[in-house]
Amino acid sequence: MRSSALAASNDLSQAQGGNSLPGFDRKLFSSSGKAAGAAEALAAVPPARARPASCAHWLGFAAASAWGILAAVTLAWPNKSAGFEDWPYTTEFGVAAGAGALLCALLAGAASAPIPPSARFPRRVAAAFRHGAPWLIVSALLLTLWEVLTAKTGALPPPFFAPPSSLIDVYTSDYARLADSTYNSVKLLLEGVAWGAAVGFTVGVSIGWSRTINYWVHPVLRFLGPLPPTALLPIAFFFFPSSHAASVFLIALATGFPVAILSWSGVASVNKAYYDVARTMGASEWFLVFRVAIPAALPQVFVGLFMGFGASFVVLIVAEMMGVKSGLGWYLTWAQGYASYVNMYGALIVMTIIFSSLISLLFAVRDRVLVWQKGIVKW
Amino acid sequence: MVGAAAKRLFREENAAAAHAASRIRIERVSHGFDTPAGRLEVLEDVDLDVAPGEFVALLGPSGCGKSTLLRLVAGLEPASSGAIFQDGAPIIRPDPSRIVVFQDPTLFPWRTVRDNVALGLQAQGILKQEKSRVGAALRKVGLESFARAYPHQLSGGMAQRAALARALVNNPRLLILDEPLGKLDSLTRLEMQSELVSLWQKNGFSVLLVTHDVEEALFLARRVVIFSPRPARIVAEITVDRPYPRHRDDPVLTGLRHETLERLGLGKSW
Repeated sequence: MRSSALAASNDLSQAQGGNSLPGFDRKLFSSSGKAAGAAEALAAVPPARARPASCAHWLGFAAASAWGILAAVTLAWPNKSAGFEDWPYTTEFGVAAGAGALLCALLAGAASAPIPPSARFPRRVAAAFRHGAPWLIVSALLLTLWEVLTAKTGALPPPFFAPPSSLIDVYTSDYARLADSTYNSVKLLLEGVAWGAAVGFTVGVSIGWSRTINYWVHPVLRFLGPLPPTALLPIAFFFFPSSHAASVFLIALATGFPVAILSWSGVASVNKAYYDVARTMGASEWFLVFRVAIPAALPQVFVGLFMGFGASFVVLIVAEMMGVKSGLGWYLTWAQGYASYVNMYGALIVMTIIFSSLISLLFAVRDRVLVWQKGIVKW
Repeated sequence: MVGAAAKRLFREENAAAAHAASRIRIERVSHGFDTPAGRLEVLEDVDLDVAPGEFVALLGPSGCGKSTLLRLVAGLEPASSGAIFQDGAPIIRPDPSRIVVFQDPTLFPWRTVRDNVALGLQAQGILKQEKSRVGAALRKVGLESFARAYPHQLSGGMAQRAALARALVNNPRLLILDEPLGKLDSLTRLEMQSELVSLWQKNGFSVLLVTHDVEEALFLARRVVIFSPRPARIVAEITVDRPYPRHRDDPVLTGLRHETLERLGLGKSW
């Protein structure tokens, strides 16, 4: 026993010597769990902190100046007359930019003073500020450029282009309609994606596992799958009792196809030796499917879900533009009808936030479910 | 100096061992595959007995069909002709009393080491009652401190140890080893050979080992069965009547090694 324990520790030193991810090993074997992991993750950023301190402060103060410039331009430079009432919320936008500048300056000042290591939260805020400073600078400059090109000079003609300050107006005056549209879009999307993912996964695993099901379903999938669900839109609106049901169906179709194909290929490419191992240990057919095939296929399933999500966004927006009487896609066409382009920009920004959040959520779930892959696969 | 308690433990383990070993009888087994290029005969008229608790090594040129014989004994495939018996009952399907350890550890990468070792108990639906066996198996191979690690964090030797623990947790009566040390570096291999001997002595199961390492076969097995190139026939059996633990520079083993190489048609390479 003693000799084998010794051997194991030898092996450990080999594993750590040969492994290019020593930090990860350490993290997993420190038994105190999450807190220790987080502390080590913080300790693992020294490259950023090792930069000369003055450089980080300089970036912080540069961010403050950039936001200051945005505030000054917005407030001091009078808007060019656009042939209608003045753009709303110019002053408020300028004041907000000024507040941003002040906050940046405060953070930069605070970050220049040494923070005791015991002050976890301030340290984290300072680290985040240092990390984000270049982005803060660039976004302030871009906003300034946008404001100058639209409200200040009119180089980009109204009403097709609107200054960033006017977006505030959209969110304050039309938030009820926007919130309602967002709610309806997300509800419709999730309903369709849930059906599509569930059916696609079941179909994919079935054709990966059963030769008979594969014989009958696979050709159909191969033949009909590449058809864009949006092409079925007119027929679907005709066949289904409501435009809602038609949209759920089409979104499910768009999500289901990639999920089915990738679940199938995931199950089909499972290492056959895994089945041999499980079978010699007395595994039933049920065990082989649910404890071997599906877990082994999950990385592929998540790729399918990622692709399915992307396709579902397209179908959602098109369906809402074509027939559904609510939602963000509907809001776009509605705003277009009134030539209210500012509202379109407002809706587009909401859409971007919703869709990217959904993808981030999917990635977070994947990272949790596929934690065993850490260090094997990156995408 | 071995204490009285340890002596008693050893006796008990040996007593348990007597129950825990299978007799395997391979009767006139031939096997082949249908390939696009025609029938490929792999095994020809193989007759072999493994006594309960015996350690038998199958030695032969690579690709000769030894591994196929192991798959038949495991019950993963039926033999084309002939029959294989475990304690008198024909082998027709896999069973947890006969566990295979492959050349690749084939640990499930999505399970921690502990959950990998628990696989057999879970598959048989007895994990809840028999949970303590998982920890015991991990201790047997010295991996208890790596229970929470994932396979990709293990070195080759550790992974193969985990695979051994996954086999041992089932209390197999026959351990089928298909070149289990073939891919390890030579130092780890020597270490694991000694560990295999002590695991076998402690647990008392029968062992069928496929290898193409002559020294390994002579160091581990009581009987070395030598196969011809494909289709594999038994050409010789060599009894290694030396006590365990053996010494690699034992002159008797050196002599047997010469004889074995000659039987394999490699006498001149000596």
